[in-house]
Amino acid sequence: MTTQETRREVKQEEKLMTGTEAVAQAVKLADVEVTSAYPIRPYDGVMQAVAKLIADGELECEYIVAEGEHSQFEICKHASSVGARVFVGSSGVGWMYAMESNAVTPSLRLPVVAMIGNRALDDPGAFGVEHNDALCVRDLGWQLCWVENAQECFDVTLMAYRVGEDPRVSLPVGLGVDGAFITHSQALLQIPDQESVNAFLPPYDLGDRVLHPDNPISIAPQANEDWVMEIRKQTDEAAKRVKDVIWEAHNDFKELFGRGGDNPFFEEFMTEDAEYVLFGMGSLGLPAKVMVRRLREQGEKVGFVRLKWYRPFPDEELAEVLGRFKAVGVVDRAYAYGSPQQGGVLFTDLRAALYEAERRPRMVNFIGGLGGRELTPEMMDEMADLTRRAGEGEDIPVVSWIGVRE
Amino acid sequence: MPTGREAGDSVPREQDSLAGRTSTEVRDEAKSVEFTYRGIFQKTLAANLCKHVVMAARKRDWLGSTIQRYSDSPERNGIPAKQFAVIAPDTETLEQHMAKYEPNELDVITVLDDTMCDGIESWAWYGRQPINVRLRRGGTLLVISNRPPEELLRVIPQKPWDWTLAILPGTPSMGGLWVYRDDGTDMRVLGAIASARPDIFDLDSIESVVRDDQNLGEKYLTALKSGHDEVQVREVKAGEGKEDDYEPVKLPGWREMREAIIVEAVRPGERNPHYKSSSDRTMRPVVNFDTCIKCRQCWIDCPDECFEISPEALHPINYEYCTGCGICANVCPVEDCIVMVNDLEFIEEGDKDVFPMWKEDKDAYHEWRNEKIERGRIAHENFFNADTWAK
Repeated sequence: MTTQETRREVKQEEKLMTGTEAVAQAVKLADVEVTSAYPIRPYDGVMQAVAKLIADGELECEYIVAEGEHSQFEICKHASSVGARVFVGSSGVGWMYAMESNAVTPSLRLPVVAMIGNRALDDPGAFGVEHNDALCVRDLGWQLCWVENAQECFDVTLMAYRVGEDPRVSLPVGLGVDGAFITHSQALLQIPDQESVNAFLPPYDLGDRVLHPDNPISIAPQANEDWVMEIRKQTDEAAKRVKDVIWEAHNDFKELFGRGGDNPFFEEFMTEDAEYVLFGMGSLGLPAKVMVRRLREQGEKVGFVRLKWYRPFPDEELAEVLGRFKAVGVVDRAYAYGSPQQGGVLFTDLRAALYEAERRPRMVNFIGGLGGRELTPEMMDEMADLTRRAGEGEDIPVVSWIGVRE
Repeated sequence: MPTGREAGDSVPREQDSLAGRTSTEVRDEAKSVEFTYRGIFQKTLAANLCKHVVMAARKRDWLGSTIQRYSDSPERNGIPAKQFAVIAPDTETLEQHMAKYEPNELDVITVLDDTMCDGIESWAWYGRQPINVRLRRGGTLLVISNRPPEELLRVIPQKPWDWTLAILPGTPSMGGLWVYRDDGTDMRVLGAIASARPDIFDLDSIESVVRDDQNLGEKYLTALKSGHDEVQVREVKAGEGKEDDYEPVKLPGWREMREAIIVEAVRPGERNPHYKSSSDRTMRPVVNFDTCIKCRQCWIDCPDECFEISPEALHPINYEYCTGCGICANVCPVEDCIVMVNDLEFIEEGDKDVFPMWKEDKDAYHEWRNEKIERGRIAHENFFNADTWAK
């Protein structure tokens, strides 16, 4: 769709912004028509940023303050069904309060884009990041991605609209943004101009599914067991098409803006000759990369792989890449009580993805950074050490809690 | 067991369940008893009946279980629904029969409201099903009705084998929303089953269950006995009854279905051909077009938009969409302009529009209407009528 010539024309402006402000910039350039808001930390930064954009006349958008998250997500789901591009978001228990709406959005095939400012689920009322909130929809048809910094906040929000609204997909997309570490920290990022965003993101068009008096349809009538499996199958077919659509969007994005890495699903950091790697998602990329550089200087063949799209889970791609290593240490910010191996959510999924792989690395799991606790480069050192030893055949516990007080 | 079913046909067409076996074998095999009832109004009644079928079977050391094939949860008022009781001599046989949610073959189908005899459509399945669609060879259809068997056989479809129509004289017992009307109907039905089908349980067994229950007393035993003595049995020959034109609905595959849980909606001025609801109906409004004052209250208040507007500004009724809720009769300010009449009085007319009859010959229309009202009038405030303990 784009040529070398148009790429040269893309104007980008450097700005210093928090993750939530970066999301708001993408919301503005995506020309979102309806948003609904209800405050909860750390999501609320984005609702303030979007409100300011509207107040400043930079964005024309219906801004509805709901009386709670349940209504907030319902408002956006319904606005999406009448053909409005929507933006919504929440955190922790707020996102959970909207779950009745969230659970049905994929089956209704409404491409709602939501930012989940990841937060531990109360009680206790902690504001810090844990991934269990967003992960609650992982089996329901939501597409889920995690970002590392403010630039990705902006980029992936645009990707979310492009992928979710694609007629082959038409599914909601959740953007996982680690509370505090990304939502509340400022970073320099490049913001492209409106024209180039328009070249990347076509207008939202629901076609003959739009709810309008001229197109009389009934959405979500009561149905019984004679229909539900067929509906699930239809949603599944759409979900299976997402990977290809992400590739297309990724290629176009990269061509236009020159960012996004080699593959849209995960980032490999110094893995080329690595013997063991840590694996995780979100803001832990920063301390992990610091650790990798430091240990590399000491001659360690260590690398890091950061997952960007959790749904769809890039199982085949990961099996191919991770099969190269002796050991993989999965860092989980979401614990799964009673799960296989008593490990984290990401660990459990990744193990399942590698089960059929030709070459299976040793896998160990680290539970850390729960409830907003920091994952420091020193903790990464410790995890790297355990992973290396597991790869060398040492008897390392499958799951270790990192940084927990004994 | 070969059922002779055609591919894609969810309902058995032909069975040889009795063929080649002795009467002892037949008596000793598992039995399935269905209770077809009106949603909510008769839910507790059906549950009581199912429970007592199993309890009676326990008296001869059989085992049993019950299933609610719910119409909705909570059920919708008046929509046909089913509950089943399955009894068997041992666990293995019971499990074999319970493994399928809705039994394929029924020994007894009990119809707790005779207006369902002309077919039922429920939340739980698609398309109008004949009331006796799963009745096995030699099975019994037990109906609570004040009508003679010949009248009921005008709406009950024929079967390719002999079966039995049992009629327990009475008016259907209807409870209110969540309210169970304990009027002895459950006992009378149990007595009737014991009489018509002693192979399922006999009167001694069910009497023994009632005696063991501290909540039940002498009058329950009296009601059991009255059901047992009053039930009338009519043998029905193969091919006797209404001609069977039943075709199971073919449901679309996921590739054929519209995506995103979307269905075509109704355009202004149109009705949805898929939302016909007349099998929910126990009674229907009949209108006196001569006393109508054209106030439009019925047209405004009808929740199913059944009322048309004629060039004369009168309101003919499209009965295909009428659920018989009675709201129109309630809101009509003119006495006896809209009267609710038992729906089984309209076997001849079906859902046909009667307005042309009035247009053509007003006297004939009134004569017809008065006769219907005389035979089947249901005063709305007495909708929850029933045979009482006094009977």
